Amino acid sequence: MTDTDTAPPPSRNLPIRTRLRRDYAVLLLALPGMLVICAFQYYPLWGNVIAFQDYQPYLGINQSLWTGFENFKTIVDGDPEFLNAVKNTLILTAIQTVIVFPAPIVVALVLHSLLSNRLRQIVQTIIYVPHFMSWVIVVAVFQQVLGGTGMINNWLRGHGYDPIHIIGNVEAFRVLLTSQVMWKDTGWATILFLAVLSQIDRSLYEASAADGAGRWRQTWHITLPGLKPIIILLLILKLGDSLTVGFEQIILQQPAVGQEASEVLDTYVYNNGIIGGDWGVSAAVGLVKSVVALALVLGANKLAHRLGEEGVYRG
Amino acid sequence: MSHKRQQVLVGGMPMPGRAERVVKALFLTVICGVVVFPFIGVISTSLASPEEVIRAGGFVMFPTDGIDLSAYRSILSGGTVTQALVVSGFITAVGTTLALFLTCTLGWALSRRGTFGNKPLLLLVLISLLFNPGLIPTYLVVQQFGLLDSLWAVILPVSVSAFNVIVVRAYFAGLPASVLDSARIDGASEWKLFWHIGLPLSKAVVAVVGLFYGVGYWNSFFGALLYLNDSSKWPLQLVLRTYVVNGVEIGAQDLGAAGEALPPQTSIQMAILMISVVPILCVYPFIQRHFAKGVLTGAVKG
Repeated sequence: MTDTDTAPPPSRNLPIRTRLRRDYAVLLLALPGMLVICAFQYYPLWGNVIAFQDYQPYLGINQSLWTGFENFKTIVDGDPEFLNAVKNTLILTAIQTVIVFPAPIVVALVLHSLLSNRLRQIVQTIIYVPHFMSWVIVVAVFQQVLGGTGMINNWLRGHGYDPIHIIGNVEAFRVLLTSQVMWKDTGWATILFLAVLSQIDRSLYEASAADGAGRWRQTWHITLPGLKPIIILLLILKLGDSLTVGFEQIILQQPAVGQEASEVLDTYVYNNGIIGGDWGVSAAVGLVKSVVALALVLGANKLAHRLGEEGVYRG
Repeated sequence: MSHKRQQVLVGGMPMPGRAERVVKALFLTVICGVVVFPFIGVISTSLASPEEVIRAGGFVMFPTDGIDLSAYRSILSGGTVTQALVVSGFITAVGTTLALFLTCTLGWALSRRGTFGNKPLLLLVLISLLFNPGLIPTYLVVQQFGLLDSLWAVILPVSVSAFNVIVVRAYFAGLPASVLDSARIDGASEWKLFWHIGLPLSKAVVAVVGLFYGVGYWNSFFGALLYLNDSSKWPLQLVLRTYVVNGVEIGAQDLGAAGEALPPQTSIQMAILMISVVPILCVYPFIQRHFAKGVLTGAVKG
């Protein structure tokens, strides 16, 4: 937020009471929204203390027994179910960074290179739609298309081929998750890249064309460097989210493929804590996850600054 | 290298060759097709006649028998699905109104630079973007507030998105100071400035943010799954999960149509899917209009 730095100088010299009397209406307007942010964003932080308790819902936080770091043993000792959740989470994150992340860049480059604005708008209108569908709808649509009696298998059977087994197939689960994520969000993710692309100075292209650069070299030497700051910014944010993969998407499809193939950290916390009643351990896992995620964002931001990039914020 | 030859430039780039244009056209056709075809299949099946659905073994891509609305009639005749539709409508209407009010008032207050406490409050909002309080702690808070099994548990926790506050604030901060100053000199109160000048001048961003909240509430699934045990309070997304994703058989009783012959399960499933998709497709053109204006991406850059 750079504009706050150039704000008109606040009348700091006035006594607090005068400033309160002058600005009370503004503070009153801020109050309801701030209350909600404090109640559901800051106040819950305190609930993390149950990570150090043998929490029992009927006793509440005040009366549950304190157990120190007992709950963290699950993490330190490497409980197999926990490790499995970590493994699945990291594999999915890796896939999403390598395959899912670059996809919208490619689509944005193609859209950007179109000569007809009208065509570009039509394509954009179509490919943004899935982003606004809930995960329940996306999963349902995929079942209808790829399921045992879905569109594709019906066609295959009708033409004398063997049906393909994707929905409920443990081996194909990661492929299925990845294609769902891409179907839902590749189109929408182009919006940021297109916004940045439209701001690249046209004269750079003209100058390079005069020097004999073809379209590929222009893409490589002008367009991609222009995208570099936004790519780095998104990668930093992605790193902070790297322990969070598709909770809703996975919880919906877990019954079909079982926990070993599908359990990730968030579903582990949910299944183990809220469903299974092992509150303390789940809270401990959730707490470690949040702390690691925060450290990753701050670390990546620092790294970006070292590399001379803007990053998410200046601090 | 033919440096010297005269090139036709478009936007600084040489004209694409024939091969490139063919490849691009194919590429775009494929990605649009992948998005559009599943929807066509769902719509067609929900509208196809029962005989045709049975004949096709479930899925109909291009119905030839004409349109049949019996699947829609049976899910809208007052049973589980109708009830879920009412719940979802309530959550969306109340949630969006509340969320817009909270977000706009907070955004307005934060846009008034130099007022008492402005910077600390803004910082509090910005920092909340950096972390997530976690599933279990949030659950405990909702429980402590006595909101379990109440629709407010689905509405309140997500009623202020810090990101939307920042978007709205940026827009308010960009309003012409002269207009606001002259109103202030005329003695307009802060509320009047906000309600009669700020909001009307910011219709575009309020519309976009409101539609995003609306779509979010209509799609809300996880909050409902977490906090609502009583299935009579389930919104559409949970019903959709039960009957379509998990494939639980829908009986005539569930639909409030006891004694009648039901259309095939597939038709009913696709009809449920369609009634959860259609409202989004209806508001989509309104959101979409504003994308081009860069309402959202403009604010991201602060």
